[in-house]
Amino acid sequence: MLRFLTGRLFSMVVTIWAVSFVAFAIIQLPPGDYLTTYLATISAQGERADPRAIEALRQQYGLGQPYLVQYWKWITGIVLHGDFGRSFEWNAPVTELIWGRLGNSILLEGLAVVVMWFVALPIGVYAAVRKYSLGDYLATIFGFLGLAVPNFLFALVLMYLGYVWFGTTLGGLFSPEFENARWSLPRIWDFFSHAWAPIVVLATAGTAQLIRIMRANLLDELKKPYVTTARSKGLPEWKVILKYPVRVALNPLVSTIGWLLPTLVSSSVIVSVVMNLPTAGPMLLRSLTSQDMYLAGAIIMLLGVLTVIGTLISDLILAWIDPRIRYGGN
Amino acid sequence: MTPLTPMADRPLLTIEDVEIAFSSPDEADIVAVRQVDLTLTPGKTLCLVGESGCGKSVTARAVLRLLDHNATISRGRILFTPPGEETVDIATLKPDSLAMRKIRGNKVSMIFQEPMSSLSPVHTIGDQIDEMIILHEGLKPKQARERTVSLLDQVGIPGPRERADAYPFQLSGGLRQRAMIAMALACTPNLLIADEPTTALDVTTQAQILDLLKKLQDDYGMAMLFITHDLGVVAEIADDVAVMYLGDVVEQGNVFDVFRAPRHPYTQALLRSIPTMARKADRQRLSPIKGTVPSAKDRPEGCAFTSRCPYAFEPCAGIRPERTRVGEGHTARCHLLTQNAPVAEAMA
Repeated sequence: MLRFLTGRLFSMVVTIWAVSFVAFAIIQLPPGDYLTTYLATISAQGERADPRAIEALRQQYGLGQPYLVQYWKWITGIVLHGDFGRSFEWNAPVTELIWGRLGNSILLEGLAVVVMWFVALPIGVYAAVRKYSLGDYLATIFGFLGLAVPNFLFALVLMYLGYVWFGTTLGGLFSPEFENARWSLPRIWDFFSHAWAPIVVLATAGTAQLIRIMRANLLDELKKPYVTTARSKGLPEWKVILKYPVRVALNPLVSTIGWLLPTLVSSSVIVSVVMNLPTAGPMLLRSLTSQDMYLAGAIIMLLGVLTVIGTLISDLILAWIDPRIRYGGN
Repeated sequence: MTPLTPMADRPLLTIEDVEIAFSSPDEADIVAVRQVDLTLTPGKTLCLVGESGCGKSVTARAVLRLLDHNATISRGRILFTPPGEETVDIATLKPDSLAMRKIRGNKVSMIFQEPMSSLSPVHTIGDQIDEMIILHEGLKPKQARERTVSLLDQVGIPGPRERADAYPFQLSGGLRQRAMIAMALACTPNLLIADEPTTALDVTTQAQILDLLKKLQDDYGMAMLFITHDLGVVAEIADDVAVMYLGDVVEQGNVFDVFRAPRHPYTQALLRSIPTMARKADRQRLSPIKGTVPSAKDRPEGCAFTSRCPYAFEPCAGIRPERTRVGEGHTARCHLLTQNAPVAEAMA
């Protein structure tokens, strides 16, 4: 187990390094840099920028220098000082900007994942055990509806209905008075009274997918002889199903935990814009269009890190629940 | 029918005229088992033989009500009389009812063909055996584990205490089947159903497992319903034998009687198609049964073997032959035994 873990940690470091390298390359790809975009905007407004100030900025960030030099400055700043650079657009250190946003993202999407699993797994199990029953067909119909309706449309419908029926505007994550307050019970309450809508929206599509996967996995397992063996022991049917085939059918699902988070972050961009959510998605989009390279780079890299950590977690859970993986090497 | 016998010989399980049909949404029902009568007595082994798809396994699973949802026992009774208890008709119980679950694993247990896939891949051998003991006898996990270890020892698994913590994929095929047997015996059942337990094993292991089963049967005094298509295995282990063809039990009796003087044309043909070891001069060509097994849909209304029987005459295709007593506890279903046919003498 220890060897497994050290091996994994080592390859994690290598992967994260590769991610950072590629992330930096991507944000460097568009021609020009933030300063050229900035100059273009200013001259479009008929003003003149101070050439010396521009030159100083160019020096400070090594803009215009070779890629490797810029990358080296960026990565050493992160590793040695935890300094992700400065956002040109917000004129503030990236670290100050992203943690709150990323925290909101992880919180919101984490909750969406939890809701997804809690809703999808029992339905998936039911649909497989009672195959071709009314319940199975209903689950299938609603599942496909959830899958087919675009998230942003569902968000708009929900906002409209919320306004018409309850007279509330669904949007944002906090009421203005709690926006910058510390976490407290009223703030948590305020958060949930706002967050349920985006959580429901974010969870629907994933739930449908998860129901289908769980149903298919379990249908494969239900036919296996070990299920009959379990029945022949005299166990009650629900215990047979939950202890044996469901346990085995969960394995492929657990291995997907790793890439759930990044998928959710990137798929939630439009929902976040529609519902005015202060999450990382819209910030990433904006920083990319304005070539705010250090901000974009930091978000992309942290998403990569999240993926790698998620994969590690799913590997560990997988090794924990499946002895064939745990003992596979020996 | 045989007359009523004293308590000691009272049948443990009597299957009477059972028919099992499978329904499907877009086809007519398929009657996989058409007429099965079997009697099992304590301490004796009944071998159920027949070709693939003749309904052996379906019959065995029906005894534990382990059939798929689309299968129904459409006729007949399965009477189970555990020693000192009332007779229950298993055919009338609900598959997931408490009464049925109290029989499963406790009074009647089962060993399956594939020892790899019949054990859960993600639970240890010990866990899977403990579970049954805890379920039926209400022992504490620690006591159950002690029993498990002694069971594993009894079925000849070396290092039973360590092996109890092993997962099925860490054991060889033979050891897995031994673990499966230990599990089946955990609650000292009255009846053990073995569904081709040696088919997936190599010949040496097969012989060891058969010896083990015989020895355990002597120790526990249980009845055994042994399903196989291997007549060599039958000769090795059976007291009684029942021959099945396409859903019908065509002949049943003491293994010596049936092998020495088979009375149904199918049994005769089956025994003739076994190769024997002989000197070159004495060798004879094998005589296989002509034709192939028809599907259950195309089965004649009368005797199922009609289409391949060399002696078939008028009544065979249309009328189902009665169960005819041809010797002490030896019965067969064939019109040749009851009607005067031109070939009857030739057959006898």
